[in-house]
Amino acid sequence: MNNFPWLTTIGLIPLLGSVIVMLVPKANAALAKSLALFFSLVTLGAVIAMALQFEGNSTEQFQFAESYSWIPAFGINFSLGIDGIALVLIALAATLVPVVILGGWTEAANAQGSVKGYFALILVLETLMIGVFAATDVFLFYVFFEAMLIPVYFMIGRYGGPQRSYAAVKFLIYSLVGGLLMLAALVGLYVVSYQMTGVGTFDFTTLVGLDIDPDMQKLLFMGFFLAFAIKAPLWPFHTWLPDSAAQAQPGTSVLLIGVLDKVGTFGMLRYCLEIFPDASEFYAPFVIAFAVIGIFYGALVALKQTDMRRLFAYSSMSHFGFIILGIFVFTTVGQTGSVVYMVAHGLSTAALFMGVGYLMARRNGSAQLSSFGGVNKVAPVLAGFFLIAALSSLALPGMVSFIGEFMVLLGTFQKYMWVGAIATVGIVITAAYVLRVYQKTMTGPLNPDLTNMKDLNGREIAALVPVSIMIIALGVFPAPLLNVIEPAVDRIMITVGATDPEITVGLVPSAAAGIEGIVE
Amino acid sequence: MNTFAAPLIDYSALGPILIVVVAALVSVLIEALVPRGARRFLQVILTFGSLVTAFVWLISIRNTRVITGDGAVAIDGPGLVMQGTILLLAIFGAMLVSERSLDSMGDSFAPRASALPGSVDERELAARGHTQTEIWTLYLFAVTGMLLFVVANDLLIMFVALEIMSLPLYLMVGMARRRRLLSQEAALKYFVLGAFASAFFIFGAALVYGYTGTISLPEISESISATTGETGLILIGLAMLLVGLFFKVGAVPFHQWTPDVYQGAPTPITGFMGAAVKVAAFGALMRLLYVGFSGMQWDWEIIIWIVAILSMVVGSLIAITQSDIKRMLAYSAVAQSGFILVGVAASTAAGIAAVMFYLIAYGFVTIGAFAVISMVRDSSGEATHLSKWAGLGKKSPMVAAVFSIFMLSLAGIPLTSGFVIKFSVFAAAIEAGATWLVLVAVGASVIAAFFYVRVIVVMFFSDPTENTATVAIPSAFTTIALAAGATITVVLGIIPAPLIDLVSNAGIFIR
Repeated sequence: MNNFPWLTTIGLIPLLGSVIVMLVPKANAALAKSLALFFSLVTLGAVIAMALQFEGNSTEQFQFAESYSWIPAFGINFSLGIDGIALVLIALAATLVPVVILGGWTEAANAQGSVKGYFALILVLETLMIGVFAATDVFLFYVFFEAMLIPVYFMIGRYGGPQRSYAAVKFLIYSLVGGLLMLAALVGLYVVSYQMTGVGTFDFTTLVGLDIDPDMQKLLFMGFFLAFAIKAPLWPFHTWLPDSAAQAQPGTSVLLIGVLDKVGTFGMLRYCLEIFPDASEFYAPFVIAFAVIGIFYGALVALKQTDMRRLFAYSSMSHFGFIILGIFVFTTVGQTGSVVYMVAHGLSTAALFMGVGYLMARRNGSAQLSSFGGVNKVAPVLAGFFLIAALSSLALPGMVSFIGEFMVLLGTFQKYMWVGAIATVGIVITAAYVLRVYQKTMTGPLNPDLTNMKDLNGREIAALVPVSIMIIALGVFPAPLLNVIEPAVDRIMITVGATDPEITVGLVPSAAAGIEGIVE
Repeated sequence: MNTFAAPLIDYSALGPILIVVVAALVSVLIEALVPRGARRFLQVILTFGSLVTAFVWLISIRNTRVITGDGAVAIDGPGLVMQGTILLLAIFGAMLVSERSLDSMGDSFAPRASALPGSVDERELAARGHTQTEIWTLYLFAVTGMLLFVVANDLLIMFVALEIMSLPLYLMVGMARRRRLLSQEAALKYFVLGAFASAFFIFGAALVYGYTGTISLPEISESISATTGETGLILIGLAMLLVGLFFKVGAVPFHQWTPDVYQGAPTPITGFMGAAVKVAAFGALMRLLYVGFSGMQWDWEIIIWIVAILSMVVGSLIAITQSDIKRMLAYSAVAQSGFILVGVAASTAAGIAAVMFYLIAYGFVTIGAFAVISMVRDSSGEATHLSKWAGLGKKSPMVAAVFSIFMLSLAGIPLTSGFVIKFSVFAAAIEAGATWLVLVAVGASVIAAFFYVRVIVVMFFSDPTENTATVAIPSAFTTIALAAGATITVVLGIIPAPLIDLVSNAGIFIR
């Protein structure tokens, strides 16, 4: 089965599904939704089947590699392949799509666009998300990267809240600017590859093998990095995110923040670091500074928010600060932690935004903290799931996000003790705003308007259960995750030419040994 | 005593030109002999019939490589590709010219070009539903000139072709039905400046003749390499020839006519000339440089670089400030000429292929874009001010989406033809060693993307006002041209390989 084109197949299933969903008559929205769920589950099944064949300690950098000639004149190929990092992110995307479809069953009902259109867009987006993580041709990656804008633009612009068109435009323009810079850098990369090898190429492995002039690297790095920083979003390129999150349907936000924004951090790890290693080291102090600012800025602003969607958007920004920090400290533990954190953040974002979505559906679309209070008295199941999501967001030990956050901080301590110390303070603020949300909405005296509030129904629970299980299961037993991520990170560290520092300080190595123990 | 030997002429190789020129002559006869009521029908049939026949003929002689007419005309791979491009663009351009469903008063052209704007005469003609049909005659002559321009192998034929192409265009520019004063002013400006540029060209030809003693491009090349020293005369001659051609492609600093002419001309004519003149003039420019002056590459290369950079930068920067969509596209055309010149500067086989590919894709985008502009109207005719396009995406999402495709293509965004063509000229220039030129070009592309994307933003992201134009329902003519333009733009963006192979296999100019 090694020659079976797994990635193409997995990418095409949701695309096929979206076409079929669009063919369903408009009146029969239930059938369209069922079909969308079916195709997303088939995709998930295919991803699981592929993941089971993935070899953690393979000598190949990219497994399940496929390559077809696309524009031979420019050395552009349709090349796919995955390493451990791409695998976990594809798995994350494939997991969250059915969850979002199920949880967002009623989301598109009163929107400007048709119901089937919303679910077709989700499936198109799934294809593009798989493509963007699987691409091993830089041009192909760029195409997927930019093409993702289109479904998201429509998901926000046609199915969002009252300010949807403003939010959609802001999202689009920010992303387009980043995309243009990246396109310019892409052409520059082609120029460099032509000059160095005599053949222009976009093949990732070939580009990594080039020893590009450091000054040129610094220039090209900026093009790629800014695009990723806007997507991730890194402070100060973040202002589109709260607006988008506040206007989009919760399901859209889950995919946008949970998966799409990971493309930014994934891109930094895969493309910026490996193709421009010298530039990455040169810029690392600046990026780390921005990341730490982002951690605090996001967390502090989140403290003051009254709309839960904006609040969790800012909190995500804070978490992205941790992820980016882990990437740019150049330690195995830090980078592995970052990838774990990406997955963890995807899962907790999904749980949080779905929870917010359920609350909104019971409160005429309001996500204000003041609209709720004492929910655990009328809807204990909802409150319970929300608590799991909230605890995951603040990285309680036992949750998968704890593994990620802890490893990131550990990796940071290994290299930059003071940065690590400062960033750790961010955890405290996180705990403060997350618990504030839980306290204001779920506990305390019951808000009189909520006396008739219904608890979760079967469908809503069905959407949350798998996410909650994964949050806890991977938190207790992260080995499957770490086993596939670590080899990929090791490879990146070798490519970048970074080595883990020898640790001599007393306390840290035992903790490091503990983590190593988990890894083994 | 010298006997005059008639030159051997390969009529088959000249078939496409001959078909169109005969059709143009027949078209004159139709104007003279056929009753008014039947003219339009016959002219439309004749125009499409002859253009399609010429294209089919061209396909049948696609492997011909011959210099004929005593060295005056060179039918070679690039020449045939560009002739084919011109014919295809002419066919789609003719569809826009034939459209008469958009304007409540008929087609896009003045009932009688000689009637004074605003006169009683004009009103009466309009009231009677008078339409003029000479436009097709002029159109066919212009196409004839273009077809000859790209295969002209000596300076005199090149000049004749230039004039056959230009004179009808001057006239057609002045024939707009609406805003006639603007149109006539544009025509006069175009004519005066164009005549000036033609004078430069013929003067340059004379100087080159004075230096080399010949007007045939291959012989000029031989003469240049055989002669040493005293290059002043030939340099000035070449510079003057280039002035004439740069004027036609609208390259800075010979671009001043473009905004007025693009704005004033009837939109179908703007689309046609924006697309086809560029193909013809760049075809002639490449043949002139690569065949006639290949020995002087070090001298003209620097001219091309400077003009390319000026065109890209000036065109992109001024386009940002435009508020009229036709003027904006005019400056965009200037910038695009700069990008094409980047490919011309490469002067390799890859460069020729890249330029041809660029011209093909750009031509279809241009015709498509102007087709959309001809459809967006308010009570006074076409609404070309950008403010009237606000919210068009909400009123007519399909049309606005198609126009967005064209804008994205002009901006060079991947998955549209615009990216592939920009990339191919850049790649060719890099292979030729002009890396820094490409870096400038990439910078200019980023600037240019701003104003193309701005149109999309205006259409989709602002709310319609009472001033927002409406989209008129076109007949099949414009619909087909528009659909073809959009389809080609997207298909070339996703699967460009077949066309790249075709232009690459066309080879180089024969001598």
